[in-house]
Amino acid sequence: MKSRHKKLLVIVLGVVGLGIAAALILNAFQSNLVFFFSPSDVAAGKAPTNRAFRIGGLVEDGSVKREGDGLTTRFIVTDTAKTIPVIYTGILPDLFKEGKGVVAEGRIGEDGLFNASQVLAKHDENYMPPEAAHALEQAAKAQQTVVPPQ
Amino acid sequence: MIPELGHFAIIIALLLAITQAVLPLVGAQRGNLTLMAVARPAAQGQFVFLIIAYACLVYSFLVNDFTVENVARNSFSQLPEVYRITASWGSHEGSLLVWVLMLAFWGAAVSVFSRHLPDDMVARVIGVMGLISIGFIAFLLLTSNPFDRMIPPPPDGRDMNPLLQDWGMIIHPPMLYMGYVGFAVAFSFAIAALISGRLDAAWARWSRPWTTVAWAFLTLGIVLGSWWAYRELGWGGWWFWDPTENASFMPWLAGTALIHSLAVSEKRGAFKAWTVLLALTTFSLSLLGTFLVRSGVLSSVHAFATDPARGAFILGFLAVVIGGSLILYAWRAPKMVTGGAFNWFSREAMLLANNVVLLAAMGAVLLGTLYPLLMDALGMGKISVGPPYFNAVFVPLMAPALFLLGVGPLTRWKGESLPDMVTRLKWALAVAVVTGFALPFTLEGFNPWATLGFFLAIWITLSVLIGFRERLKHGARLSSLPRTFWGMQLAHFGLAWGIAGMTLVANYEQEKDVRMNVGDHTTLAGYTFTFKGTTEHDGPNYRAARGTVEVSRDGKLLNTLHPEKRIYNASGMPMTEAAVDYSFTSDIYVALGEPLDDEAKTWAVRVYHKPFINWMWYGATLMILGGFLAASDRRYRIAVKKLEAPAGAVARGA
Repeated sequence: MKSRHKKLLVIVLGVVGLGIAAALILNAFQSNLVFFFSPSDVAAGKAPTNRAFRIGGLVEDGSVKREGDGLTTRFIVTDTAKTIPVIYTGILPDLFKEGKGVVAEGRIGEDGLFNASQVLAKHDENYMPPEAAHALEQAAKAQQTVVPPQ
Repeated sequence: MIPELGHFAIIIALLLAITQAVLPLVGAQRGNLTLMAVARPAAQGQFVFLIIAYACLVYSFLVNDFTVENVARNSFSQLPEVYRITASWGSHEGSLLVWVLMLAFWGAAVSVFSRHLPDDMVARVIGVMGLISIGFIAFLLLTSNPFDRMIPPPPDGRDMNPLLQDWGMIIHPPMLYMGYVGFAVAFSFAIAALISGRLDAAWARWSRPWTTVAWAFLTLGIVLGSWWAYRELGWGGWWFWDPTENASFMPWLAGTALIHSLAVSEKRGAFKAWTVLLALTTFSLSLLGTFLVRSGVLSSVHAFATDPARGAFILGFLAVVIGGSLILYAWRAPKMVTGGAFNWFSREAMLLANNVVLLAAMGAVLLGTLYPLLMDALGMGKISVGPPYFNAVFVPLMAPALFLLGVGPLTRWKGESLPDMVTRLKWALAVAVVTGFALPFTLEGFNPWATLGFFLAIWITLSVLIGFRERLKHGARLSSLPRTFWGMQLAHFGLAWGIAGMTLVANYEQEKDVRMNVGDHTTLAGYTFTFKGTTEHDGPNYRAARGTVEVSRDGKLLNTLHPEKRIYNASGMPMTEAAVDYSFTSDIYVALGEPLDDEAKTWAVRVYHKPFINWMWYGATLMILGGFLAASDRRYRIAVKKLEAPAGAVARGA
């Protein structure tokens, strides 16, 4: 095979490979990106009802309640402005605590109850999940600027 | 006194690094042998002084010197001695000192094991490594001094993160760093070749064993991290596509591509420009990984630093290294002569396909890792890219590459006849397809993912066996086969073994969260788990509720497991310590959730059955051994001497 042909082969293989990869990536990206919404966003109706997303904020004090089966937990996530009730079945991460930051992934039902499929484990007690911190910041900002009641 | 001594040793190491970088590089450019001769002693001296610095740090940790801020923040008087030593690299500052120490170790290793290389090459390689050292030691001294004092000292330390108090963590970071930093050698060889313009088969041969060893260490580091996550995080998972994992996986993918492309450059003199670019890419990704986990842009157990100065420094350093090396590449690479011609169906073409796929996969991981960070930085909202994305991209990309892995090693250089190959492989293909379909039916019925995994594992294994048989048929004896061949076969078989393990555990694992009172039992995968309650238990620096769970099958007691829920004294941080019954065919994994009543009689308990998960670790171990074996091949040490003359001739001709 001449070197001109070899170069062509290299280029063709490269382009085909990259094309396939790009197609796969874009396809997977579209269906698997998980967006984040703060409780205020959800209250404002910005969150999708037909796909999973993440919420974050603080676990409201005194809101954690266990169901009779012992494994289903209800709690409220707040960004200090708005709240979302959450239901989760399974074992909660070690650092899940009232008054601490939390991030949950799941879908929201028509009744406004957030059905979490995953409550994220965090590695350090003093550490606030960035999403939760972001939600609190946004809420604080929104409360400072005067917003007409909706 | 001792911490100041350590600080001082780092400063001397910096001065030696500057000497190591400047004098040999200037000497190599001017052909001055005296200046070039500085390279080796400077590299070894730098290593010695960093060892001294590190010993001072370990000493400060051992004697609980809480006047050192780093010790106060990351250690604790009740911490067991072995963890006090490991705490020395559990912090940002300490881990950076390990980074620098490893870099100096590789520099010293090059200075010792390079007797057969031309002087100017050695001078340039060690000089470039000196440049990298300067960057990192300056980073250490300017932003992250591990010996900073804290006067007055706190009464006691804040303790090491409990998650890191595990013996898997003792060796994970040093091994990972050995790999990351090891690619600095491949990088330095590439830069040295670009500067000298001597980019030939001899260059590829010199840098090959170093690259393979770095790759083996990186593999070991990643596997240890995965194994630690499996045992320690209490979720029973072994890979999460977490950005910090991806940070080490990207250089691994590029490094894997590099060791394959180096083979072509060495044997056939082809792909040289590409190989150099890969060497630059691999080390740049190592630096990117360091930036990601050290700058605080990611939040995880690895990210300590929230100091923006640190992130800015690494980012700046990254820009200089990547930008500088790419400019040099753009200037020099066009002068390289491409090597021999090859057919579309040949070893070269197979390895090219391997490289394309590995890099595409690396690109996909890079995108999935950086995109959310980029969106966040641009204020375009917070998103996360989770495991579904990576699985959706990774599996379809890797499957064809793994199929070609069964063909590639049996293909001849330059060109191969397709009908011949079909004859050689048709039985293997038939067996792999049939077992791939049949196996899932014997387990739980048809499952396309399991079929794909089994097919690939069996296909690669058979191809490895055929590789041995064909060599033996041509008169070779097993003992006379070169270590490079053994290494390759071992690594490929290890991969197949690992794929089999992954397939089994991913498709047939079972888990259950249950509420258990004392005496309750539950069944999973044919095993009966009986909860016998918990007892209070005091550890050296924690208190634990220690559960007792009896595992039995068909009424016969197999094992008693003791999962724990610990509260660490210093931080008050709770932690789940899972109990695992390991065996060749499956792991039984029990973790305590939380107490569900006030007397702590009823607990949420999580039980897992993980079939054949250990095969992944066994397979990975073979890959690592394969890497070391291949790198130890005699021809890297002996044949080079004979090659030196023609290599020099090529250089003059080029």
